[in-house]
Amino acid sequence: MSLDFGLMLEKLPEILAGLWVTIWVWVVATALGAALGFLVAAARRYGPPPVDWLLRLLVEILRGTPFLVQLFLLYFGGPFVGLRLEPIPAGLIGLTVYAGAYFSEIFRAGFDAVPRGHVEAAQCVGLSRSQILRRILLPEMTMLVLPQCVNMAILLIKETAILSIITVPEMTMVIGAIGSQQYAFADAMFLLALFYWVLVEICGLLGRIAEARLSKFRFAA
Amino acid sequence: MSDTAPLAPRASTAETPEADAAVLVRGVTKRFGDTEVLAGIDLKVPTGATTCLIGPSGSGKSTLLRCIAFLEEATTGTIEIHGDPLGFAEAPDGGRTRLSPQSIRAVRSRIGMVFQQFNLWPHMTALGNVCEALVTVRRMRRSEAEEHGMAQLSRVGLANRAKHYPSELSGGQQQRVAIARALALDPEVMLFDEPTASLDPELTGEVLNVMRDLAGSGMTLLVVTHEIGFAATVGQRIAFLDHGRLLLDGTPREVFGEPRHPRLAQFLETYLDRGAAALV
Repeated sequence: MSLDFGLMLEKLPEILAGLWVTIWVWVVATALGAALGFLVAAARRYGPPPVDWLLRLLVEILRGTPFLVQLFLLYFGGPFVGLRLEPIPAGLIGLTVYAGAYFSEIFRAGFDAVPRGHVEAAQCVGLSRSQILRRILLPEMTMLVLPQCVNMAILLIKETAILSIITVPEMTMVIGAIGSQQYAFADAMFLLALFYWVLVEICGLLGRIAEARLSKFRFAA
Repeated sequence: MSDTAPLAPRASTAETPEADAAVLVRGVTKRFGDTEVLAGIDLKVPTGATTCLIGPSGSGKSTLLRCIAFLEEATTGTIEIHGDPLGFAEAPDGGRTRLSPQSIRAVRSRIGMVFQQFNLWPHMTALGNVCEALVTVRRMRRSEAEEHGMAQLSRVGLANRAKHYPSELSGGQQQRVAIARALALDPEVMLFDEPTASLDPELTGEVLNVMRDLAGSGMTLLVVTHEIGFAATVGQRIAFLDHGRLLLDGTPREVFGEPRHPRLAQFLETYLDRGAAALV
């Protein structure tokens, strides 16, 4: 190892600042992306057919192109159509939209997985469509899609690294820069990988705890 | 209505006064694509009595019940709940006009439905399932709803399971919670769609007992069932469907007594084979 850990320690405030950006951008983009995905899935399910087609097209484009390319288009292409964004807002918006596309597909499958009878039972006691959505479909679906959502959140932690390309001062950019300055790029990347891995493990652990706590709501039948 | 001969069922609905009909089905047909599931049903479900719909699989009995619950829309024909049209009203020109969603929900709220698959909401406790509509639809205060909900759970003998989730209850208990959920809204008619068909035989009894109590309390029940013994002993009216037609409609004595309609005899044989002769 040629990496000077003493110097790394010196750079700790910078590294922690980068870690903090990674975490908050990830948490916010995941939360907003999940909310967006739910709205898209609901609009596709309940909206008129043209809305479904349009949203489907958008989802297909977002899933069919690399996140890196989407981010370039947003950040560097945006100004050509009058959309001038700072790195962090651009990264946040890009990641949220990208996440939203995937989450919408998870929720679409989730809607279909809720037994029709549960909705019929709600109709029979007089719940309105929006009440059924909020009180029955959303909670039941959440339990069903939780594992996929945790998986998606894990993928998104790692996608935040791509934000370094548009100079979002997150962990990859900060640690990468330190590594370059010290001619110890490989060692810095190793350290970086370790950070991501720990974050992913924490995320997975939280997911398992959530699943365990929800297990008593599992389908009886 | 009891003077109707068992082999001439249609006349009974047309000629008796309709004032005491909890559910009045007139000329209901149902098609799924090219398949005609109901081929013109006229049925009167008397108030305060238990009517059992029996018939072979695919005879359309569940579809008829689902039309009455408005979970399926009849292709033609009308359904009235205590004189109020459900979903469609007869137009002066003989056709049907669709009623407003508000009207549909208002009439529908007078019907309680119990499903073969229970359909409890897994993320709510037994009490939560029973109280949900009281709070969200009837706008009751939570405390008031829970008090009312507990009374319903007591009625089906499950007050001590109020805080349990569906996954923590047996099938029979789940179905009793589902009955309590429907009862909580004080329906004028309770519909049961093969309520014991997905239960082990030993759990069937507890559900049938609850239904017997309801029948005894003078509630109007319409039960689609394969429990011929229950139909014969608790049912006050028996309707026998075959191939989407109402073949027989009368008292158990009229329907099950000799001479039996050949289709019914053939249908009952499958039960008699299994040793249920004593019940019938």
